[in-house]
Amino acid sequence: MTVEQALARLRESPHSEAMLSEAEFRGEKSLSVKIESLPGLCKFCRDELGFDYLIDIASIDHFGDYPRYEIVYELYSMASGLHLRLKTLVPDEDNPVAPTVTGIWPTADWHEREVYDMMGIRFDGHPDLRRILMWDGYPFFPLRKDFPLEGKRSEMAEVAFTDVAPLAGGPFVTAPTDGTTQVREPRARRAGDDLPRDKFVAEP
Amino acid sequence: MRQTGPVAYDSKIEGNVIITRLDAAINWMRSNSLWPMPMGLACCAIELMAASSSRYDISRFGAEVMRFSPRQSDVMIVAGTVTYKMALAVKRIWEQMPEPKWCIAMGACASSGGMYRSYAVLQGIDHLLPVDVYVSGCPPRPEALLDGLIKLQKKIMTEHSVRDQKKALAEAV
Repeated sequence: MTVEQALARLRESPHSEAMLSEAEFRGEKSLSVKIESLPGLCKFCRDELGFDYLIDIASIDHFGDYPRYEIVYELYSMASGLHLRLKTLVPDEDNPVAPTVTGIWPTADWHEREVYDMMGIRFDGHPDLRRILMWDGYPFFPLRKDFPLEGKRSEMAEVAFTDVAPLAGGPFVTAPTDGTTQVREPRARRAGDDLPRDKFVAEP
Repeated sequence: MRQTGPVAYDSKIEGNVIITRLDAAINWMRSNSLWPMPMGLACCAIELMAASSSRYDISRFGAEVMRFSPRQSDVMIVAGTVTYKMALAVKRIWEQMPEPKWCIAMGACASSGGMYRSYAVLQGIDHLLPVDVYVSGCPPRPEALLDGLIKLQKKIMTEHSVRDQKKALAEAV
Protein backbone atom coordinates (compact mmCIF):
# COMPACT_ATOMS: atom_id res chain seq x y z
CA MET A 1 0.00 0.00 0.00
CA THR A 2 1.20 3.51 -0.75
CA VAL A 3 0.31 6.68 1.09
CA GLU A 4 -1.97 7.67 -1.83
CA GLN A 5 -3.90 4.44 -1.44
CA ALA A 6 -4.13 5.00 2.31
CA LEU A 7 -5.47 8.49 1.73
CA ALA A 8 -7.92 7.18 -0.85
CA ARG A 9 -9.23 4.71 1.68
CA LEU A 10 -9.58 7.55 4.18
CA ARG A 11 -11.57 9.58 1.63
CA GLU A 12 -13.96 6.68 1.08
CA SER A 13 -14.37 6.08 4.80
CA PRO A 14 -16.86 7.87 7.07
CA HIS A 15 -13.90 9.96 8.32
CA SER A 16 -13.68 11.81 5.02
CA GLU A 17 -15.72 14.69 6.40
CA ALA A 18 -13.04 15.23 9.08
CA MET A 19 -10.41 15.81 6.41
CA LEU A 20 -9.90 19.48 5.66
CA SER A 21 -6.97 19.60 3.26
CA GLU A 22 -4.02 17.61 2.01
CA ALA A 23 -0.52 18.76 1.24
CA GLU A 24 2.60 17.13 -0.10
CA PHE A 25 6.16 18.24 0.47
CA ARG A 26 9.11 16.21 -0.78
CA GLY A 27 7.03 13.10 -0.98
CA GLU A 28 5.61 13.44 2.52
CA LYS A 29 1.86 13.68 2.87
CA SER A 30 0.27 15.99 5.41
CA LEU A 31 -3.38 15.88 6.25
CA SER A 32 -5.29 18.59 8.10
CA VAL A 33 -8.15 17.23 10.14
CA LYS A 34 -10.89 18.58 12.37
CA ILE A 35 -9.90 18.39 16.00
CA GLU A 36 -13.18 16.91 17.26
CA SER A 37 -12.94 13.90 14.94
CA LEU A 38 -9.22 13.34 15.47
CA PRO A 39 -9.39 10.26 17.76
CA GLY A 40 -11.76 8.40 15.44
CA LEU A 41 -9.61 9.17 12.44
CA CYS A 42 -6.47 8.12 14.31
CA LYS A 43 -8.12 4.84 15.29
CA PHE A 44 -9.02 4.23 11.65
CA CYS A 45 -5.43 5.00 10.64
CA ARG A 46 -4.11 2.49 13.13
CA ASP A 47 -6.61 -0.34 12.66
CA GLU A 48 -7.45 -0.14 8.95
CA LEU A 49 -4.42 1.56 7.39
CA GLY A 50 -1.71 -0.02 9.55
CA PHE A 51 -0.19 3.11 11.06
CA ASP A 52 0.82 1.27 14.20
CA TYR A 53 3.54 3.63 15.36
CA LEU A 54 3.17 7.23 16.54
CA ILE A 55 6.60 8.74 15.98
CA ASP A 56 6.05 12.08 17.62
CA ILE A 57 3.58 14.75 18.60
CA ALA A 58 4.65 18.33 17.98
CA SER A 59 2.92 21.58 18.71
CA ILE A 60 3.14 24.91 16.92
CA ASP A 61 2.42 28.37 18.27
CA HIS A 62 1.12 30.62 15.49
CA PHE A 63 1.48 33.65 17.74
CA GLY A 64 -0.63 36.57 16.54
CA ASP A 65 -2.68 34.31 14.29
CA TYR A 66 -5.96 32.57 14.78
CA PRO A 67 -6.23 29.75 15.73
CA ARG A 68 -3.06 30.11 17.68
CA TYR A 69 -2.10 26.51 18.42
CA GLU A 70 -1.62 23.59 16.11
CA ILE A 71 -0.74 19.98 16.93
CA VAL A 72 1.11 17.74 14.50
CA TYR A 73 1.04 13.94 14.70
CA GLU A 74 3.64 11.91 12.86
CA LEU A 75 2.37 8.44 12.02
CA TYR A 76 4.37 5.53 10.73
CA SER A 77 3.54 2.05 9.56
CA MET A 78 6.06 -0.53 10.64
CA ALA A 79 4.78 -3.09 8.14
CA SER A 80 4.72 -0.99 4.99
CA GLY A 81 7.10 1.84 5.93
CA LEU A 82 4.55 4.56 5.21
CA HIS A 83 4.66 7.96 6.83
CA LEU A 84 1.68 10.23 7.32
CA ARG A 85 1.45 13.57 9.06
CA LEU A 86 -1.77 14.72 10.69
CA LYS A 87 -2.28 18.37 11.58
CA THR A 88 -5.04 19.82 13.66
CA LEU A 89 -5.76 23.32 14.86
CA VAL A 90 -6.72 23.95 18.47
CA PRO A 91 -9.52 26.51 18.45
CA ASP A 92 -9.54 28.01 21.96
CA GLU A 93 -6.54 30.24 22.58
CA ASP A 94 -7.13 30.92 26.28
CA ASN A 95 -7.87 27.35 27.25
CA PRO A 96 -6.42 25.13 24.53
CA VAL A 97 -7.71 21.57 24.82
CA ALA A 98 -7.24 18.67 22.43
CA PRO A 99 -8.54 15.11 22.64
CA THR A 100 -6.03 12.53 23.76
CA VAL A 101 -4.82 9.66 21.57
CA THR A 102 -3.28 7.69 24.45
CA GLY A 103 -5.99 5.05 24.01
CA ILE A 104 -4.82 4.48 20.45
CA TRP A 105 -1.05 4.69 20.83
CA PRO A 106 0.15 4.31 24.45
CA THR A 107 3.34 6.18 23.51
CA ALA A 108 1.26 9.31 23.17
CA ASP A 109 1.23 9.51 26.97
CA TRP A 110 4.65 11.12 27.31
CA HIS A 111 4.42 13.02 24.01
CA GLU A 112 1.23 14.70 25.17
CA ARG A 113 2.76 15.43 28.55
CA GLU A 114 5.62 17.16 26.78
CA VAL A 115 3.26 19.21 24.63
CA TYR A 116 1.35 20.18 27.75
CA ASP A 117 4.55 21.06 29.60
CA MET A 118 6.10 23.17 26.88
CA MET A 119 3.07 24.65 25.11
CA GLY A 120 0.28 24.48 27.66
CA ILE A 121 -2.19 22.53 25.54
CA ARG A 122 -4.27 20.26 27.74
CA PHE A 123 -5.31 16.82 26.55
CA ASP A 124 -8.82 15.77 27.38
CA GLY A 125 -8.90 12.21 28.69
CA HIS A 126 -5.17 11.86 29.29
CA PRO A 127 -4.60 9.42 32.19
CA ASP A 128 -1.78 11.35 33.89
CA LEU A 129 -1.35 14.85 32.56
CA ARG A 130 1.59 16.18 34.57
CA ARG A 131 4.57 18.18 33.47
CA ILE A 132 7.37 15.98 32.20
CA LEU A 133 10.41 18.25 31.81
CA MET A 134 9.77 21.13 34.17
CA TRP A 135 8.59 20.48 37.69
CA ASP A 136 5.01 20.45 38.90
CA GLY A 137 4.10 23.97 39.83
CA TYR A 138 6.30 25.73 37.28
CA PRO A 139 4.06 28.60 36.26
CA PHE A 140 4.98 29.12 32.60
CA PHE A 141 4.93 27.30 29.27
CA PRO A 142 8.39 27.95 27.86
CA LEU A 143 7.93 27.12 24.18
CA ARG A 144 5.17 29.66 23.67
CA LYS A 145 6.23 32.53 21.46
CA ASP A 146 5.41 35.14 24.10
CA PHE A 147 7.78 33.48 26.59
CA PRO A 148 11.11 35.31 26.49
CA LEU A 149 14.19 33.40 25.44
CA GLU A 150 16.08 34.35 28.59
CA GLY A 151 13.31 32.92 30.75
CA LYS A 152 11.32 34.36 33.61
CA ARG A 153 11.92 34.44 37.31
CA SER A 154 9.96 31.90 39.31
CA GLU A 155 10.21 30.54 42.82
CA MET A 156 8.67 27.51 44.41
CA ALA A 157 10.07 27.31 47.90
CA GLU A 158 12.00 24.11 48.70
CA VAL A 159 11.21 22.67 45.28
CA ALA A 160 12.82 24.70 42.55
CA PHE A 161 13.42 28.15 41.20
CA THR A 162 14.38 29.77 37.93
CA ASP A 163 16.15 32.97 37.09
CA VAL A 164 16.58 35.16 34.07
CA ALA A 165 19.61 34.15 31.98
CA PRO A 166 21.93 36.97 30.87
CA LEU A 167 21.80 36.84 27.10
CA ALA A 168 24.54 39.41 26.43
CA GLY A 169 23.35 40.16 22.94
CA GLY A 170 21.90 36.75 22.42
CA PRO A 171 23.32 33.26 22.49
CA PHE A 172 24.92 32.31 19.20
CA VAL A 173 23.33 35.19 17.35
CA THR A 174 25.14 35.75 14.11
CA ALA A 175 25.56 39.36 13.11
CA PRO A 176 25.10 40.13 9.41
CA THR A 177 28.53 41.43 8.39
CA ASP A 178 31.13 40.36 5.91
CA GLY A 179 33.62 39.63 8.67
CA THR A 180 35.08 36.33 9.65
CA THR A 181 33.28 33.88 11.88
CA GLN A 182 34.93 35.34 14.93
CA VAL A 183 33.69 38.79 14.03
CA ARG A 184 30.21 37.64 13.22
CA GLU A 185 29.90 35.43 16.30
CA PRO A 186 31.91 37.02 19.08
CA ARG A 187 32.34 35.01 22.22
CA ALA A 188 30.79 37.64 24.48
CA ARG A 189 28.80 40.62 23.36
CA ARG A 190 26.41 42.89 25.16
CA ALA A 191 23.34 44.27 23.48
CA GLY A 192 24.27 47.45 21.64
CA ASP A 193 27.98 46.66 21.43
CA ASP A 194 29.69 47.57 18.21
CA LEU A 195 31.10 44.68 16.29
CA PRO A 196 34.88 44.51 16.63
CA ARG A 197 35.66 44.63 12.92
CA ASP A 198 39.39 45.07 13.23
CA LYS A 199 39.84 42.55 16.04
CA PHE A 200 39.98 38.79 16.02
CA VAL A 201 41.85 38.39 12.76
CA ALA A 202 43.06 34.92 13.60
CA GLU A 203 41.01 33.52 10.75
CA PRO A 204 42.34 34.22 7.25
CA MET B 1 82.84 5.33 53.30
CA ARG B 2 80.34 7.98 54.29
CA GLN B 3 76.81 7.55 52.90
CA THR B 4 74.92 10.69 51.86
CA GLY B 5 71.30 10.63 52.91
CA PRO B 6 68.21 12.77 52.37
CA VAL B 7 68.16 16.27 53.77
CA ALA B 8 67.39 16.46 57.48
CA TYR B 9 67.69 12.75 57.87
CA ASP B 10 68.55 11.85 61.39
CA SER B 11 68.97 8.17 61.97
CA LYS B 12 68.46 8.59 65.71
CA ILE B 13 64.87 9.77 65.43
CA GLU B 14 63.91 8.70 61.92
CA GLY B 15 60.66 6.79 61.90
CA ASN B 16 59.60 8.07 65.26
CA VAL B 17 59.41 11.87 65.31
CA ILE B 18 58.35 14.37 62.66
CA ILE B 19 58.34 18.05 63.47
CA THR B 20 55.96 20.21 61.46
CA ARG B 21 53.05 22.58 61.80
CA LEU B 22 49.64 21.10 62.55
CA ASP B 23 48.13 22.94 59.57
CA ALA B 24 50.76 21.57 57.26
CA ALA B 25 50.28 18.02 58.46
CA ILE B 26 46.48 18.04 58.39
CA ASN B 27 46.31 19.83 55.06
CA TRP B 28 48.86 17.45 53.59
CA MET B 29 46.72 14.51 54.62
CA ARG B 30 43.53 16.10 53.41
CA SER B 31 44.82 17.28 50.09
CA ASN B 32 46.30 13.94 49.14
CA SER B 33 43.21 11.96 49.96
CA LEU B 34 40.37 13.88 48.35
CA TRP B 35 37.42 11.59 47.87
CA PRO B 36 35.28 12.99 45.08
CA MET B 37 31.51 13.09 44.92
CA PRO B 38 31.00 12.65 41.18
CA MET B 39 28.08 14.91 40.38
CA GLY B 40 27.99 13.86 36.75
CA LEU B 41 25.15 15.62 35.00
CA ALA B 42 26.15 15.69 31.34
CA CYS B 43 28.96 14.94 28.93
CA CYS B 44 31.63 16.26 31.34
CA ALA B 45 30.92 13.15 33.38
CA ILE B 46 32.37 11.07 30.54
CA GLU B 47 35.63 12.98 30.84
CA LEU B 48 35.43 12.58 34.60
CA MET B 49 35.20 8.83 34.06
CA ALA B 50 38.15 8.99 31.68
CA ALA B 51 40.14 10.88 34.31
CA SER B 52 39.60 8.04 36.74
CA SER B 53 40.49 5.36 34.21
CA SER B 54 43.89 3.87 33.60
CA ARG B 55 45.31 6.31 31.05
CA TYR B 56 44.86 9.44 33.17
CA ASP B 57 44.58 7.70 36.51
CA ILE B 58 43.28 10.23 39.01
CA SER B 59 44.52 7.92 41.78
CA ARG B 60 48.02 9.30 41.20
CA PHE B 61 46.70 12.34 43.06
CA GLY B 62 44.81 10.45 45.73
CA ALA B 63 41.34 11.20 44.40
CA GLU B 64 40.35 7.87 42.95
CA VAL B 65 37.82 6.91 45.61
CA MET B 66 34.63 8.04 43.91
CA ARG B 67 32.01 8.05 46.60
CA PHE B 68 28.40 7.94 45.60
CA SER B 69 27.44 8.76 49.14
CA PRO B 70 27.87 12.44 49.96
CA ARG B 71 28.61 11.58 53.58
CA GLN B 72 31.91 9.99 52.60
CA SER B 73 33.02 12.66 50.14
CA ASP B 74 35.41 15.57 50.40
CA VAL B 75 35.16 17.27 47.04
CA MET B 76 32.12 17.58 44.83
CA ILE B 77 33.01 17.60 41.16
CA VAL B 78 30.03 19.19 39.42
CA ALA B 79 30.48 17.81 35.93
CA GLY B 80 27.81 18.98 33.56
CA THR B 81 24.80 21.16 32.92
CA VAL B 82 22.91 22.03 36.08
CA THR B 83 19.27 22.50 35.21
CA TYR B 84 17.00 24.32 37.59
CA LYS B 85 15.16 21.06 38.12
CA MET B 86 18.40 19.46 39.32
CA ALA B 87 19.83 22.50 41.09
CA LEU B 88 18.25 22.03 44.50
CA ALA B 89 19.09 18.32 44.45
CA VAL B 90 22.74 19.25 43.88
CA LYS B 91 22.54 21.70 46.74
CA ARG B 92 20.97 19.14 49.02
CA ILE B 93 23.73 16.63 48.26
CA TRP B 94 26.29 19.38 48.86
CA GLU B 95 24.76 20.08 52.23
CA GLN B 96 24.89 16.38 53.11
CA MET B 97 28.65 16.36 52.64
CA PRO B 98 30.56 16.72 55.92
CA GLU B 99 33.00 19.55 56.49
CA PRO B 100 35.65 20.17 55.33
CA LYS B 101 34.43 20.08 51.74
CA TRP B 102 35.42 21.61 48.46
CA CYS B 103 33.82 22.02 45.07
CA ILE B 104 35.21 21.83 41.56
CA ALA B 105 33.01 23.28 38.81
CA MET B 106 34.04 21.17 35.85
CA GLY B 107 33.38 22.59 32.42
CA ALA B 108 31.62 25.59 30.95
CA CYS B 109 28.09 24.61 32.00
CA ALA B 110 28.84 24.08 35.67
CA SER B 111 30.96 27.24 35.74
CA SER B 112 28.68 29.63 33.91
CA GLY B 113 25.78 27.85 32.26
CA GLY B 114 27.91 27.37 29.18
CA MET B 115 26.10 27.62 25.92
CA TYR B 116 22.76 27.17 27.63
CA ARG B 117 21.55 30.73 28.08
CA SER B 118 18.16 29.33 28.80
CA TYR B 119 15.10 29.40 31.02
CA ALA B 120 15.94 25.89 32.18
CA VAL B 121 19.64 26.04 33.08
CA LEU B 122 21.27 27.49 36.18
CA GLN B 123 23.86 30.01 35.03
CA GLY B 124 26.73 28.55 37.01
CA ILE B 125 26.72 26.35 40.08
CA ASP B 126 28.33 29.20 42.03
CA HIS B 127 24.85 30.67 42.33
CA LEU B 128 24.18 27.88 44.83
CA LEU B 129 27.47 26.57 46.22
CA PRO B 130 30.89 28.04 46.99
CA VAL B 131 33.17 26.89 44.18
CA ASP B 132 36.91 26.48 44.81
CA VAL B 133 38.17 25.65 41.33
CA TYR B 134 36.67 26.31 37.92
CA VAL B 135 37.85 24.10 35.09
CA SER B 136 37.30 25.54 31.63
CA GLY B 137 36.45 23.44 28.62
CA CYS B 138 33.46 21.96 26.88
CA PRO B 139 34.08 19.36 28.08
CA PRO B 140 37.51 19.73 29.68
CA ARG B 141 40.02 17.03 28.91
CA PRO B 142 41.02 14.78 31.82
CA GLU B 143 44.34 16.62 32.04
CA ALA B 144 42.41 19.83 32.71
CA LEU B 145 40.48 18.19 35.51
CA LEU B 146 43.68 16.82 36.99
CA ASP B 147 45.17 20.32 36.77
CA GLY B 148 42.13 21.66 38.61
CA LEU B 149 42.54 18.96 41.21
CA ILE B 150 46.20 19.85 41.73
CA LYS B 151 45.22 23.52 42.03
CA LEU B 152 42.68 22.54 44.66
CA GLN B 153 45.34 20.57 46.53
CA LYS B 154 47.58 23.64 46.52
CA LYS B 155 44.68 25.73 47.76
CA ILE B 156 44.00 23.29 50.58
CA MET B 157 47.65 23.52 51.61
CA THR B 158 47.16 27.25 52.23
CA GLU B 159 44.07 26.88 54.40
CA HIS B 160 43.83 27.00 58.14
CA SER B 161 42.93 23.43 58.78
CA VAL B 162 41.08 23.83 62.05
CA ARG B 163 40.17 27.49 62.37
CA ASP B 164 38.03 27.68 59.24
CA GLN B 165 36.17 24.57 60.19
CA LYS B 166 33.09 24.84 62.29
CA LYS B 167 33.19 28.56 61.67
CA ALA B 168 29.46 28.71 61.26
CA LEU B 169 29.04 26.71 64.44
CA ALA B 170 31.41 28.97 66.37
CA GLU B 171 29.64 32.07 65.13
CA ALA B 172 26.30 30.60 66.13
CA VAL B 173 27.60 29.88 69.63
